[in-house]
Amino acid sequence: MNGLITDRGALAVALDNLAWACQNIGHHLGEAVRVDFISILSIFVLACFVGYYVVWSVTPALHTPLMSVTNAISSVIVVGALIAAAAAGSASSKWLGLLAVALASVNIFGGFAVTARMLAMYKKKERRDA
Amino acid sequence: MHEVAATPSWVLIAYLISGICFILALRGLSSPASSQRGNRLGMIGMAIAVVTTLIVHAPRMPGTLSDGHVISLNLELASAGEILIAILIGAAIGLVTSRRIQMTAMPQLVAAFHSLVGMAAVLVGSAAFLNPSAFGIVDAAGSILGVSRIEMGLGVAIGAITFSGSVIAFLKLNGNMSGKPILLPARHWINLAAMLAIFFFLFGFYDSQSPIDFWTLAALSFAIGFLLIIPIGGADMPVVISMLNSYSGWAAAAMGFTLHNSAMIITGALVGSSGAILSYIMCKAMNRSFISVIAGGFGAVASSGAAEAIDRPYKRGSAEDAAFLMKQADKVIIVPGYGMAVAQAQHILREMADLLKKEGVEVKYAIHPVAGRMPGHMNVLLAEANVPYDEVFELEDINSEFATADVAFVIGANDVTNPAAKTDKGSPIYGMPVLDVEKARTVLFVKRSMGGVGYAGVDNELFYRDNTMMLLADAKKMVEEIVKALG
Repeated sequence: MNGLITDRGALAVALDNLAWACQNIGHHLGEAVRVDFISILSIFVLACFVGYYVVWSVTPALHTPLMSVTNAISSVIVVGALIAAAAAGSASSKWLGLLAVALASVNIFGGFAVTARMLAMYKKKERRDA
Repeated sequence: MHEVAATPSWVLIAYLISGICFILALRGLSSPASSQRGNRLGMIGMAIAVVTTLIVHAPRMPGTLSDGHVISLNLELASAGEILIAILIGAAIGLVTSRRIQMTAMPQLVAAFHSLVGMAAVLVGSAAFLNPSAFGIVDAAGSILGVSRIEMGLGVAIGAITFSGSVIAFLKLNGNMSGKPILLPARHWINLAAMLAIFFFLFGFYDSQSPIDFWTLAALSFAIGFLLIIPIGGADMPVVISMLNSYSGWAAAAMGFTLHNSAMIITGALVGSSGAILSYIMCKAMNRSFISVIAGGFGAVASSGAAEAIDRPYKRGSAEDAAFLMKQADKVIIVPGYGMAVAQAQHILREMADLLKKEGVEVKYAIHPVAGRMPGHMNVLLAEANVPYDEVFELEDINSEFATADVAFVIGANDVTNPAAKTDKGSPIYGMPVLDVEKARTVLFVKRSMGGVGYAGVDNELFYRDNTMMLLADAKKMVEEIVKALG
């Protein structure tokens, strides 16, 4: 287990692969591109590997903040909610989107704020001799 | 192969950057020193994703300039206002909650937040089903792309399971519902049938894009989330909450596939693996298989086991005895557990440790991975009480030190100190890694009464050992009295 935790080399390789996969997606800024399923799948699989190494490197003392911050970032689902809320064409879809925007916002603001509050409490020993 | 709507490259790159910010946010948690920077990066990543989406998808209506030129960039302010209001309402609720919540209630809060992610996934999936063209997932004939149907169906199903499962977890953790497992007859068969039905309707939806299949799929998933969590007992909540964390990630990833959004996919994969790893760590710390936790029922026999507890002699001590013993000690190791959290004893405990340190005693804290109701729960409570994190140690780092400690001060923990886990093959907790507190010269055990047993429903032979002194009282009151005696 310790081998994995400190395996920065593997992390670097995974990150590198992820960047490579994403190069597939767009090479010219501003040019419209179409993303195919395989590119998306590649990102997903490589991100799972990145997640594996990154999460093993998290210190157990911070597992609660880890849960609250993963909670906050999984609310990136707000992207889908915003698209639905902004789109014309279906009133019910729009209202579902707006409700999802509100729910995800609770999570985004609440999640990051409570994580920040917790992390601010972790302090090192004050050195008396200093 | 299907085609999806073209997106400007800069948008894809913006989402990618946002995804990388999220990776770095988790990376920052490798040490408390870098964690706050990581959290800020997470916020930046989220801001990038939201702003990018708003720029690309801002509600517009076609307008006409005075010279007859048709423009499409005219913002539709009414819609934009509604979105802003939705964000503001969410932000207000989130910020107020995060400020008011007590640290002991973190497990409930996290469960509640998980349920929101699950519900948001269901809503987004439903919105995409009702208005697929807005998401660019329709083919020339106007029906939803086959791959998207599967992704959407899976996203809604996982989201719904996350939602109802988290609601039950919240009710159990918050005490609105008994922590005791609720066992339905033939529950495994019911669950299996529901699972098969979900796949059946998922295939039906893929095959026909029928609304009936879609909504039945969603309803069944809500039901199974509920059924999956009710048989799981309170002591297994650290696993459940990690598992739901994982599910909320997979739900986000499935929606990311539907939207072809790299930020969502990267995040989903990160959160999914994070939850899975935490579940694995928690299971390992209890020496239980993930399957047996999910099957539930653990702790259901607790009451019958407790009834059989025989009256055995034990040594009972007072706060003064405890204060005297610890004052004389060179080294004291404190072992906190869920009982400390319930009694809110962490602050007074730190005061006690400060007084001991003034007497020249070395004080350390030993944390078992499943102490508390969620991973890392004890560490947060101790940090809240201003205990420096470099005095707090994990099981494998401190276990060898009990042999050199004069006093092990166990407060609100029970099963994680039970030596039966090492010796008694018949014990339900046999094989679980435990803290070797009995190796300390004296064990002080703060406990409300002798009657209660731990969550595993087993008696702890540590109570009856010669070198154990039982301090029978409410954890907070007992520590307060010790502080008085020390001062």
